Amino acid sequence: MRNLFFSIAGLTVLLLIASSCQKEVTNRNSNLPSLQPVNNDLNAGTWRTVLLSRPDSFTVAAPVATNSPLYAADINEIKSLQQHISSDQANTIRYWAAGGVLRWNEIMRGLVAKYNLAAVQNADGSYPIPSPANPLAYPLFPFSNPPYAARAYAYISAAQYDALVACWYYKTKYNRAAPYKTDSSVAAKFITKTDLPSYPSEAAVLAGVTAEMMKLLFPGEIASIQSKAEEQEEATIMSGAATRADIVAGETLGRQVAELFITRARGDNAGKAVGTPTDWANFVTVTTSQGLTPWYSLESPKRPPMLPLFYKVKPFLFDSATVVSLRPGPPPAVGSDQMNQQTDEVYSLVKNPSRGNIGIVEKWADGTGTYTPPGHWNAIAADDFVHQNFSEVRWARNMALLNMTLMDAAIVCWDIKYHYFNPRPTQLNPSIKSLTGIPNFPSYVSGHSVFSGSASTILGYLLPENAAKYTSMASEAARSRLVGGLHYRIDCEVGMTVGNNVGNYAILRAQNDGAN
Amino acid sequence: MRTNFKIWFALVLGLISSLAHGQTAEDAIMMGKKQWCNGITYMHSGWNEYWEGTTKRSNQNLGTVTTQSLMLMSNYGISDKLNVLVSVPYIWTHASEGTLHGLEGFQDIALNVKYEFYTTRLGKGNLSLIGVGSFSTPLTNYENDFLPMSIGLGSTNLSGRLTADYQQGIFFTTLSSAYVWRSDVTIDRSSYYTDQINYTNQVAMPNQLYSNLNIGIRKSNLVAEAVLMNMYTFGGFDIRKNDMPFASNQMNMTSIGAHAKYFLPFVTNLEVIGGADFVIAGRNVGQSQTYTAGLYYVLSFKK
Repeated sequence: MRNLFFSIAGLTVLLLIASSCQKEVTNRNSNLPSLQPVNNDLNAGTWRTVLLSRPDSFTVAAPVATNSPLYAADINEIKSLQQHISSDQANTIRYWAAGGVLRWNEIMRGLVAKYNLAAVQNADGSYPIPSPANPLAYPLFPFSNPPYAARAYAYISAAQYDALVACWYYKTKYNRAAPYKTDSSVAAKFITKTDLPSYPSEAAVLAGVTAEMMKLLFPGEIASIQSKAEEQEEATIMSGAATRADIVAGETLGRQVAELFITRARGDNAGKAVGTPTDWANFVTVTTSQGLTPWYSLESPKRPPMLPLFYKVKPFLFDSATVVSLRPGPPPAVGSDQMNQQTDEVYSLVKNPSRGNIGIVEKWADGTGTYTPPGHWNAIAADDFVHQNFSEVRWARNMALLNMTLMDAAIVCWDIKYHYFNPRPTQLNPSIKSLTGIPNFPSYVSGHSVFSGSASTILGYLLPENAAKYTSMASEAARSRLVGGLHYRIDCEVGMTVGNNVGNYAILRAQNDGAN
Repeated sequence: MRTNFKIWFALVLGLISSLAHGQTAEDAIMMGKKQWCNGITYMHSGWNEYWEGTTKRSNQNLGTVTTQSLMLMSNYGISDKLNVLVSVPYIWTHASEGTLHGLEGFQDIALNVKYEFYTTRLGKGNLSLIGVGSFSTPLTNYENDFLPMSIGLGSTNLSGRLTADYQQGIFFTTLSSAYVWRSDVTIDRSSYYTDQINYTNQVAMPNQLYSNLNIGIRKSNLVAEAVLMNMYTFGGFDIRKNDMPFASNQMNMTSIGAHAKYFLPFVTNLEVIGGADFVIAGRNVGQSQTYTAGLYYVLSFKK
């Protein structure tokens, strides 16, 4: 019996040791310090907006005097809230204090990943199409594939930027200091004090503009987004950074600016990008009539091409004629020696893949259930921006530049893909097996390459000290599509050039937006 | 000695969990002192339907996903009561339809220390109690973020197992359970979605419980048994509709099967084994049908 006792005791100890080991993983975006801008960018009210014709297009009434009873009531609200701050509330304040643009961008990436699932086919082999009128029915609306995601990030970021420019305009106009400055008994709780005027609240502007945009972009998430927006606003009041009046004014302004972007979005042709069966068939007819081999879906049953009319979407950085002018020459014809060579190269690279190559394919796959390549470049940017001590308005400006670039990159890329309608390597040689799912649209040029080439260009301008790093990341992303069996070398190389060209338009804008 | 026909046990969407099922950590048979058994087991496992969460479906872009493995196993009797088992599998995956690339490679080495700590005469039979401590870890840095084609999940595991066995005449029953602690794993991506977005390349792997009930006959040259097995994962999330599987899914499964081993009468110390197992219920796993065959040889250093 002694043996029995010792064995059970030993086993129990072993299991206790094992089960006490930490299982929680730490996200790299948790425990970020509160935003401490090196520059409050007090001139941001003069920066060039995207859609807003003037920074004061929407009127924000002057705040009440700080010696008025209304203001005293707002201050008292903060004081009473600050008397009892639970640890959860403190964590919420810390979370939002790292930056509203950052946190909303992270939330957006999460939503894109959540909704980035292609529909299962119907019993007859056709595929159901998500409906914005009925977003919670299967398939959920939206299907946030790369073009949809690129456009969603762009609209959110651009709207946030315009709204914050307007916010800064009124901040400097009214120049009312934050509660923790006007009243010595209000503390700055878990945040860093700044000299930035608090009326209207930039946090509430972000909450309002983002919540309003979501009604269009992620209509199934209105309730969850609304609760996030309220959480941000309540945390801001509790932190001592803003009064209730600062919040109300900010949220109203944010929602008003959002309406401009929503109006643009409703008319930018994205709603028609799915196309019709006639459109889908027409791509095949046109390509065949030119004596070329048309792309076909490698899914079973064959799925209609992803958003084939997305090339008609109205870009942010240039006009639609520029989209066509950015189109490169054709790929080598199927059957030509050059195309055979391109196909053979893919096969030879993917036949016996090295662990290193498999790793970069999965690292950059950004496929089903992920935040997509545009989201990946948002993550790369955000991870670097958190070290830059930007003001909220500069965060917004830089994210807007990045995301308008990525959206326009998607438009240009889709124009090329559907103009040439070129087959994927696996279509030409079925023994080419891929190391991640093959996206359901034509091959030439590689979307990853255009996205990465454009993003690395604008990010390299914004953070010149990181330019070489971004270029090398973009090259790796492009290469991952070649060694993963998804693209020919020419798709990646030409795609990278096209992306760089799109990025240059963003640089042009950035050089002239008044923020330098 | 015993052989490994339980490798299928951890078959998950066509991959083999890195749990140390290597030898039969889960049976009640001990090698004698200074006996050394070595062998190789071939396994063929396939599924064409799987559970996406709790919903069973097929997928024309996968067809039948097949996993094959060759497992080298070694079991040494330090004493009649204490055995050490080591196993090393090489694994291949393949999908019959669609475009996904199969992968192959050495998976996880497993080390088991098996100790029969209690035996007694009970009624007309014998009862024995066995404890097993196991450790397994990836032998190579194989890709664990390309399910269902990955050959394993990549975690380092520790497990503790208790086994009770009762034999009366040639009839026996074994009941065994193992709690498996799994380390976090690292993936090549810097972010992933579970039921929320995660901004890290670290994945917390929920722990598991493996249980088996074996009933059959056991003689000196033959074992034949029916086997009921269950794998349960304490947490994890469900595969969403039309999403890809992921390492930290809640993978549960129950299977039934029949296994046999037989010492060849014409060659001393040479043993053949075979088995067939069928998954009858599951969650976030393939409904696999698994067949195993193996050959083992026992060396004795006893005078």
